[in-house]
Amino acid sequence: MDSEPDGSDLNASAPGKTIAVSLWRGQGSSGGLVRYDVPARDNQTILDIVTHIQRNIDNTLSYRFSCRVGMCGSCAMMVNGVPRWTCRTHAGRVTKNGRLTVEPLRNLPVIKDLVADMTPFFDKWQKAKGGFAGNRSRAEDIEPIRPDSAQRRAADAGIECINCAICYAACDVVAWQPDYLGPAALNRAWTLMNDVRDTAAKERLRAVSAGDGCHNCHSHQSCMKFCPNELNPTAAIAGLKAMAARAALKGEL
Amino acid sequence: MLDARLFLLQRATAVLMAPLVLIHLALIIVAVRNGLDAAEILSRTRGSWLWGSYYSLFVIAASIHAAIGLRVIGFETLGGSRRIWDLTTILIALLLAPLGLRAVFALVAS
Repeated sequence: MDSEPDGSDLNASAPGKTIAVSLWRGQGSSGGLVRYDVPARDNQTILDIVTHIQRNIDNTLSYRFSCRVGMCGSCAMMVNGVPRWTCRTHAGRVTKNGRLTVEPLRNLPVIKDLVADMTPFFDKWQKAKGGFAGNRSRAEDIEPIRPDSAQRRAADAGIECINCAICYAACDVVAWQPDYLGPAALNRAWTLMNDVRDTAAKERLRAVSAGDGCHNCHSHQSCMKFCPNELNPTAAIAGLKAMAARAALKGEL
Repeated sequence: MLDARLFLLQRATAVLMAPLVLIHLALIIVAVRNGLDAAEILSRTRGSWLWGSYYSLFVIAASIHAAIGLRVIGFETLGGSRRIWDLTTILIALLLAPLGLRAVFALVAS
């Protein structure tokens, strides 16, 4: 077995070799970790391991996934205490001394086992006015937008969010202030604030500047560190703070 | 919105305090060269409206800055209603400012 300097096990497979996987099992807030021994294979992801347990060891295990290729954002879980997209996380990269711990996403209620309830996450997306309010009807021509304009570049920097809630699980401010809108909703709001076609900027800026909004961010940058798409919600939130400050100075907020 | 205004106020007081802190640190180094002596400090500050204004500004900025910071720390650590913490912010600022200004007054006008 090759061992990485950080203790992770790459090329972990060998005949009879297993990984000791501790999965969180339970309903709502009651439950605990249950250990399963899973065969170690080359090139298996965390999602492969969870699927192996569900199909071969205990078919009552609940978990969520869809595309398996890092597009849909459904399969995020806590792996060894860190939020990750499990379909794109190589087991050998995160297994430490033959052990893994997989739990449901932090900062969200648990429905069952590894399935977190995403309702608060998407409710906040709505509360931050994350819906696009277009300035034209479908009967009109599409508005030409210059891709190299400063506003479009700012919007494009955050547009690839897949709403996996990894940033939300990584955010300590959400843990301390459960009503805080969180990095994903604010990042979405920032992309719309820079979309020249959108007509709800004033209401949105008011929404993200309210007591549970962007000013709660301490710029810890955990959202940026763990975002699987390498987005920077901290920068988006800083942009919203600056935008709100300018509006407040002009008496427009 | 209150949070946007408090955010601005905290940044503005930070910008104001940055040079004040540097001058204060430099002053400490100069003042203690011959040992820390109350009479020497008072001989410099007594009747000096320049130092009185300087430290009064410092006290007011620090009172506002600290109160806004403590509002967030208090809310995140102890929870409760945001409204109560908004009122606590004002109370903390109103407590800190007179204490500091009283000390400035003692240095300059006593």
